[in-house]
Amino acid sequence: MNAHHTPPVATLELDSVGFIHRGHTLLKPTSLRLSGCQRTLIMGPNGAGKSLLMRLAHGLITPTSGSVRWQGSPPAQAMVFQRPVLLRRSALDNLTYVLAINKAPRPELTTLTRKAQAMSALEKFGLAHLAKRPARVLSGGEQQRLTLARAWLLNPQVLFLDEPTSALDPAAIKAVEDAVLEFHHSGTRIVMTTHDLHQARRLANDIVFLHNGELLEHTPASDFFTAPASREAKAFIRGELVW
Amino acid sequence: MQTSDNPFSTALSLIVNMDSALLSIVQLSLQVSLMAVIIASVLALPLGAALALWRFPGRNVVIVALNALMGLPPVVAGLCVYLLLSRAGPLGEWGLLFTPTAMVIAQVILVLPIIAALTRQQVEALHGEYAEQLNSLGLSRLSMIPTLLWDARFGLLTVILAGFGRASAEVGAVMIVGGNIDGVTRVMTTSIVLETSKGNLPMALGLGIILLALVTMINAIAHIIGETAKRRLG
Repeated sequence: MNAHHTPPVATLELDSVGFIHRGHTLLKPTSLRLSGCQRTLIMGPNGAGKSLLMRLAHGLITPTSGSVRWQGSPPAQAMVFQRPVLLRRSALDNLTYVLAINKAPRPELTTLTRKAQAMSALEKFGLAHLAKRPARVLSGGEQQRLTLARAWLLNPQVLFLDEPTSALDPAAIKAVEDAVLEFHHSGTRIVMTTHDLHQARRLANDIVFLHNGELLEHTPASDFFTAPASREAKAFIRGELVW
Repeated sequence: MQTSDNPFSTALSLIVNMDSALLSIVQLSLQVSLMAVIIASVLALPLGAALALWRFPGRNVVIVALNALMGLPPVVAGLCVYLLLSRAGPLGEWGLLFTPTAMVIAQVILVLPIIAALTRQQVEALHGEYAEQLNSLGLSRLSMIPTLLWDARFGLLTVILAGFGRASAEVGAVMIVGGNIDGVTRVMTTSIVLETSKGNLPMALGLGIILLALVTMINAIAHIIGETAKRRLG
């Protein structure tokens, strides 16, 4: 566990959160409570509303109905996207950039200069030798690790990840999953979408299952994989396509 | 300035002889146009970026107006500045008419819509790619502007060059507000008009060749800087 004192992670409450776009219901009114320092995986077939639910929770999108609330003050959050968005500058400069705009560095790094903090994050994610390289010419796996290093510097209490491994090779997937566990180990709550069942088995404490813009279940991972409650989840686990 | 019948040899002899009259004309041309582009960029880059990021009633009207102003005839811009700065005009007391400052003001009016309108397009496209990440980092729209402008820098270099092309090529505005006074407000384009009207066509063409060469040189330098940086940053 983290040597530093990590405050308990605030609870996220989604109260009848719905989203309608141009007359199409993309998310039916959904109530969900995410508490404790868990690793929650949001699953479901393509188009189920996983990414939308995550963006609503992170606050990138405002729901058309219902409310998203944090109990207590909103915690520090970061998000890692499916396609890494990196600035047109060096890997190192991508990290010093977020330190310049973010006022709450990781407590263990406060004594270091921004550059030294950024270097320590690059080292942590195995990217130190690429510090001077332009971020956008790095490989897909390196780019995603760089976004994780960037999120690390933001010292988030909650980390959202939207299918962070869907375009990566097995070694890069392993690196991202290790990083997710490392975040969790240091006291960060994880909320992640995936449609990879094996990945969900490896990472999840609990599963949120969506289908056609509807939340069908929120259950502990062990229950979900052995005895899913909904017919759709059963079919999804068996690998039968559900639309 | 001695002349021959061949414009190329005229241009060459102008360059080789380096007479001070020509030098001061070239210098003033570059000074006025570069100053106008710098001032227009300082105003238009943030303006274009803000227009890309904010949604407000009448935004489309502003965008259409800016796009239309890209085609503003230089003589019309010159006339407006002339009316403002003439003795009887609202800013007549400043005594700026027929000075290089007046020429800079007129060219800023010509260049600003070009840089603002094209910046709006570039930044809007880049914002489409960056918006979620920057929102996730907690940036306000205002604080996104420097980030987006910097990351769009290669495209914006071309935008600024387009503005410089407009400024260095136009004659109507600088003629009206500058008056083509020898040694004070005479620039390359107004000299070309004057030599043409005097029937000294080789000299006019010779000056044209020098102007073209200068503009080409500046564009080449900018291109090389931009391409080198782009190749380094991917």
